[in-house]
Amino acid sequence: MHTEPTVTIEIARELGLTDEEYQMVLDYLGRTPSYTELGMYSVMWSEHCSYKNSIAVLKTLPRSGGRLLVGAGEENAGLVDIGDGLAVAFKIESHNHPSAIEPFQGAATGVGGILRDIFTMGARPIAACDSLRFGDPDNPRVQYLVKGVVHGIGHYGNCFGVPTVAGEIYFDSSYQGNPLVNAMAVGIVKHGQTATATAEGEGNPVMIVGSSTGRDGIHGATFASVDLSADSESKRPSVQVGDPFTEKLLLEATLEIIREDLIVGIQDMGAAGITCSTCEMSAKGKSGMHINLDLVPIREEGMSAYEILLSESQERMLVVAKKGNEQRVRDIFEKWDLHAVTIGHVTGDGMVTVERDGEVKAVVPADSLALGGGAPVYIRETRRPDYLDTTLAFRIESVPVPADFGGVLVSLLSSPNIASKRWAYEQYDTSVRTNTAQGPGGDAAVIRVKDTRRALAIKTDCNGRYVYLNPRRGAQIAVAEAARNVACAGGLPLAITNCLNFGNPYKPEVYYQFKEACGGMGEACLVFDTPVTGGNVSFYNENPVGAVYPTPVIGMIGLIDDIDHITQAGFRAADDRVILLGTNRNEIDGSEYLAHWHDIVGGDAPYLDLEEERRLQALLLDAIRKGLVHSAHDVSDGGLAVTLAESCFIGDRNIGATIQIAHDGVRKDALYFGEAQSRVVLSCAPDKAEELLALAKAAGVPAADIGVTGGDRLRINEDIDVEVALISEAHSTSLSKLLEKV
Amino acid sequence: MAKAKFGVVVFPGSNCDHDAYHAAKHVLGGQAEFLWHKEGSLQDVDVVILPGGFSYGDYLRCGAISRFSPIMKEVVRHADRGGHVIGICNGFQILTESGLLPGALLRNRSLKFVCRQVHLRVENNTSAFTSRYRQGQVISIPVAHGEGNFYTDQDTLAEIEENGQVAFRYVEADGSLTDAANPNGSLNNIAGIFNKEGNVLGMMPHPERVVEQLLGSDDGLGVFESLLLAISGEEPVLS
Repeated sequence: MHTEPTVTIEIARELGLTDEEYQMVLDYLGRTPSYTELGMYSVMWSEHCSYKNSIAVLKTLPRSGGRLLVGAGEENAGLVDIGDGLAVAFKIESHNHPSAIEPFQGAATGVGGILRDIFTMGARPIAACDSLRFGDPDNPRVQYLVKGVVHGIGHYGNCFGVPTVAGEIYFDSSYQGNPLVNAMAVGIVKHGQTATATAEGEGNPVMIVGSSTGRDGIHGATFASVDLSADSESKRPSVQVGDPFTEKLLLEATLEIIREDLIVGIQDMGAAGITCSTCEMSAKGKSGMHINLDLVPIREEGMSAYEILLSESQERMLVVAKKGNEQRVRDIFEKWDLHAVTIGHVTGDGMVTVERDGEVKAVVPADSLALGGGAPVYIRETRRPDYLDTTLAFRIESVPVPADFGGVLVSLLSSPNIASKRWAYEQYDTSVRTNTAQGPGGDAAVIRVKDTRRALAIKTDCNGRYVYLNPRRGAQIAVAEAARNVACAGGLPLAITNCLNFGNPYKPEVYYQFKEACGGMGEACLVFDTPVTGGNVSFYNENPVGAVYPTPVIGMIGLIDDIDHITQAGFRAADDRVILLGTNRNEIDGSEYLAHWHDIVGGDAPYLDLEEERRLQALLLDAIRKGLVHSAHDVSDGGLAVTLAESCFIGDRNIGATIQIAHDGVRKDALYFGEAQSRVVLSCAPDKAEELLALAKAAGVPAADIGVTGGDRLRINEDIDVEVALISEAHSTSLSKLLEKV
Repeated sequence: MAKAKFGVVVFPGSNCDHDAYHAAKHVLGGQAEFLWHKEGSLQDVDVVILPGGFSYGDYLRCGAISRFSPIMKEVVRHADRGGHVIGICNGFQILTESGLLPGALLRNRSLKFVCRQVHLRVENNTSAFTSRYRQGQVISIPVAHGEGNFYTDQDTLAEIEENGQVAFRYVEADGSLTDAANPNGSLNNIAGIFNKEGNVLGMMPHPERVVEQLLGSDDGLGVFESLLLAISGEEPVLS
């Protein structure tokens, strides 16, 4: 038997509740909560579970339309129709704080959590992506984090058997001490075979399935909802431990019980464990639950109700079975050597009632705990950050034009942010499940859908520096660039999921970034008709020096309606024409060139006009579908010269090119390395160039024939002349050299 | 003669089982069955495929637990009768653990999981698994493993080499044998070996992942086509 402390306002504060929130608890219950109840409120009203500081802003994002079958916040993940009776479930989530403390397990369990979100929908995961941000790569601690995180992602995904096919890795000192680890998963499900996270039908059995429950991860959600500090190391026990083998078993068993229609609802146990799943499923079904914690399989003796309720042990699910099917559910889980234990039943009283050791430990209204129910909602104060005055004052004239453009190009190609991420993705299984038509290294990954002519284009994107320099336009660019990448692969953008990584929302400057970025994201999503299907907000990404760059990562899914339209980024053949779509501009604002070569983070976010971008992408898709395009690669980090260089070596073999581009009053460094948006480099057969240019003209998209492929060198005007094999080598090996040097 | 029947063993942590099944059945147009590891029958299959994955999580040594699965007794019996068995990746590890093949697969010398396209040279095209390749042909095929570093004592190694038991070696694109072409540190760049009798093949690279041009290469087809030819004497018609 456990004696619980008597609840006071001091204890409530210790658990992270404000005085006002504690008063709300008193009002909901009409009495002083028990310690267990207080723990439940504390964790459910944490930022991580309640979205209390973000939900009001998130609701302004476009969350319906297009091919959406399940919208944001309705289920564990969004669901989008792709035709042929199939749908795609996908979502992205952060695991930043656990990864800052314990990179291997933090990243591994981040992958595990997002995979569960997908297969609780009844969808089999077919791809994973990871969007990562770290501090200065020369720093030993950063190297430790990079290696641990990449190893953890590989460990979990490889064993589970999902190909990790796309993602990003950026390095910037703003992420020092607070890396970002965002994991995305994509799954496929037949219409009518999806599962829902609800509890309905009085008397239906409530079962816990999967792993047993231990003391790991207690208050993980609360830990994720405060700034990292010197004390954070002591929070290591808040980090969960992952077991991908068990997750694989859980996947197979879960899909079997869904396929056999044995259940009413199912929810993954992630943050806040049993507390969250019981409350949210009850609230969604407008029902209640009575559960007995004595029946929960536990790993350790003597766990209290509080500990069992708040444990974040991994690889568990809460299942509401249809009455009479318990034995069949147990048989299926037993086949996979997993627990499936009835721990209670659905009630109709709207309460979650929890028993332990023959005593009732908690009786709380389910709705009062849940997001969208009784959880608090705040709109915080905003203030435009002062730094913007300084960064916006940057003028291109203040930096000299470099003398050796070839040298700048090689330096950029070898810089950590532009260099190939091969060192990381070769540690991920990229081809398991035999659907990977395009793996990492191109514009978007392409996964074919077996038994159909279709394929999916998958991309994560966000340049945090752009968002720092202009939160609204920076977020627009994140969406636009993800969509452009998808279009380059031959896909029509369908929908996005987002992972919003920001600092402490109680700082008005951070909240300004958050609100502006969400505004920009929403504007862009409307233009591209890509609704937000859900995602995750991660605040409190701070270290003792300040907040991280505001980093709203976009995960986008596009549909390639015929596998014949899959398009590669690298040149395919010699003697092809090289066509530039879009307009070069006289700016180097926010560019990797400005940051890397001149060591200046300044200017505005690069130029973007959403309407111009929409026209460009529509034209690109049209041209691809007409069979005019051999390769398509978008102009992004590093500018046009880097795009041309990559086009030479990221294909199946190295192919050079000879390029002549008009300056048109644009400074040479801006022409070669500026990052103005809405530009794409295409290659096409020589006899198709005319048709392509005419098509672009008709669509109102600027297009120019800028050269020809072939040879083993890349020549750009009279300014750059480099051997493709050499720049390819520099691009491909520099990250490994940086991270593996002893 | 009836079409060759492939049986794909499913251990709880197998994750390339669907891929092998897809290759054998949908691409090659053969017959294929999944064989659950807890069962004691091989359902009269001609070829047993031990697929890749992490059969029991591989928290102990890879394949160390799966060799005790009920179905492995049948697989050994099948091999002893001269039946064909192919172990891919984790399946290769299980074959060495269960004694059907010599040697062991150690951790990669980089101590990292490695997934990339590699080049293999066909070292012996007289087997039931490789007859559709030319002797010395270089094929492109992916590896994806953390423990694929083939090791054995010197005597066994010499014996394997002398008997022509080496099926594939890691090489450069031009077929030359270099240390740089070796992704995991395997002795003599060995990527796959036969048993003495030639009816059991273990290989770390994944032929089942390269059977369709859509996914970049169909160089792995030869393994499956060779088996079809050996068992049912038929020239495969690709679907």
